[in-house]
Amino acid sequence: MPEHSVQNFHINFGPQHPAAHGVLRLVLELDGELVERVDPHIGLLHRGTEKLIEAKTYLQALPYFDRLDYVAPMCQEHGYCLAIEKLLQLQVPIRGQLIRVLYSEISRILSHLLNVTTQAMDVGALTPPLWGFEERENLMVFYERASGSRMHAAYFRPGGVHQDLPPELVEDIGRWCDTFPKTLDDIADLLTGNRIFKQRNVDIGVISLDDAWAWGFSGVLVRGSGAAWDLRRSQPYECYSDMEFDIPIGKNGDCYDRYLIRMIEMRESVRIMKQCIERLLSTERTGPVSSADGKIVPPKRAEMKRSMEALIHHFKLYTEGFHVPKGEAYAAVEAPKGEFGVYLVADGTNSPYRCKIRAPGFTHLQAMDYMCRGHQLADVSAILGSLDIVFGEVDR
Amino acid sequence: MDSLSEFAKQLEASCSHLYLSASVSLGELSIVTSREHIVPLLFHLRDDVQFNFVCLLDVCGVDWPERLERFDVVYHLLSPSLNQRIRLKLSTDEQTPVPSACAVYPAADWYEREAWDMYGILFEGHPDLRRLLTDYGFEGHPLRKDFPLTGYVEVRYDDNQKRVVYEPVELRQEYRHFDFLSPWEGTEYVLPGDEKTTGKTE
Repeated sequence: MPEHSVQNFHINFGPQHPAAHGVLRLVLELDGELVERVDPHIGLLHRGTEKLIEAKTYLQALPYFDRLDYVAPMCQEHGYCLAIEKLLQLQVPIRGQLIRVLYSEISRILSHLLNVTTQAMDVGALTPPLWGFEERENLMVFYERASGSRMHAAYFRPGGVHQDLPPELVEDIGRWCDTFPKTLDDIADLLTGNRIFKQRNVDIGVISLDDAWAWGFSGVLVRGSGAAWDLRRSQPYECYSDMEFDIPIGKNGDCYDRYLIRMIEMRESVRIMKQCIERLLSTERTGPVSSADGKIVPPKRAEMKRSMEALIHHFKLYTEGFHVPKGEAYAAVEAPKGEFGVYLVADGTNSPYRCKIRAPGFTHLQAMDYMCRGHQLADVSAILGSLDIVFGEVDR
Repeated sequence: MDSLSEFAKQLEASCSHLYLSASVSLGELSIVTSREHIVPLLFHLRDDVQFNFVCLLDVCGVDWPERLERFDVVYHLLSPSLNQRIRLKLSTDEQTPVPSACAVYPAADWYEREAWDMYGILFEGHPDLRRLLTDYGFEGHPLRKDFPLTGYVEVRYDDNQKRVVYEPVELRQEYRHFDFLSPWEGTEYVLPGDEKTTGKTE
């Protein structure tokens, strides 16, 4: 039999591919249908966020954070606010903390819903996204009722949150929490035991815990590999230490475990939300939602009608902005996708000297090559789906 | 934080020869090291059982153009078993390469590529130091403080040539930088003519 010379060939996956979850260009080197090498080309959505932030005041820079991981905007704002509050040594009042936790968990559900259902779509199921998007719409209405915007909320501000929530809104969120588990059950019925879904996800994209740490993974990706690591529990911020919730961990570190963890985390988020709502409607029904430091938090409109001081503060805060003392701080939150960190270097002026955004998706995506090697071409989209990539934060 | 200063002492006992100084501020431990010590230090922090910093969270550059060695390279590490974070810093300039951390943490790969792309910091021993985030064929290092916010080139689709063309940035109006940086409190305004009151002349 004559010897054939077999040549590997390259294909371009993306940048316009529905399973690429945005503008990702993967250059795949294939041997038949086996993936030999993956070279992700990112940066097609690079907007220079970090450079823009350096040219803005601290408050003006905040809305850029909504545009990073635009699937769960408030978690990013949260990281940035925590970094500023660390530098300013600012305390957030308890009602403000509860509202932040409530909306962080809403963001987590927003993100997980999108990811779980599109992961299912990547492997061929079309119904879950339709059901999931219906619930996401409800959640975005809650975003809108709190901040005036469905996605780009700019609601968490240094020192607290922008405006108080009306009690009707909190009650409506509470009612939603009662009905939502039913939708989750429906989605789980479709997927968890589904033969095709399991064939496409079980034992695909397995990563051991040691490798997960070495690749800088965090969030669901390390929990899927068996680490009981969650910043909300291990390094609690806001009032997470008062909340009761469980942290699901996986055994196998494959795509299916990551799916299961996201499903359970959504239920845990509902549990946290219920605790917040309970307190927001009883013990913490009234109270300030942001710090009373007039040199950092702008005054409310009503106050400005009466107080000269408030008027001056308003003018100064919206032109010059507040100054942050010299120093550096790293603050991290458990965003739905993993550890979202903000490293701020302040030089004592009214704008950040350097603001490095540590996005979880960026780290996860660079392991694509490692995770996809030896898999079939069709598994690439399953692995990509389970990594939970959003290009707003990868490309910044 | 008490455990943090204790941890700093522990660190000093085991590897004080690998870094220059350590400081604790705002509940975070920062260590200043140098180019030649960074890789041994990373290996030590990762492999020593009492530290176990197995996770590299971040590598980034900071630009201080007025300094002799203008760049800071900042590493953030996490030890899940100690539940501890640490920050390592070293400084370098445009020419001198920093030893790559890729051999210690595979995660350093893209972070170093990003730092090269954004600041032009060179990493020695990096397997593939290409640009990462900027456009194919981009020139310059955008996060440097002397790089203008508007950049140098803009792109548009040219209907005649049927392709995307690159052109120098043309601004309809001058870039306006609003400098609101007036001292708010504790002001010492020096107004023209003030020098006369102190009796000093130029």
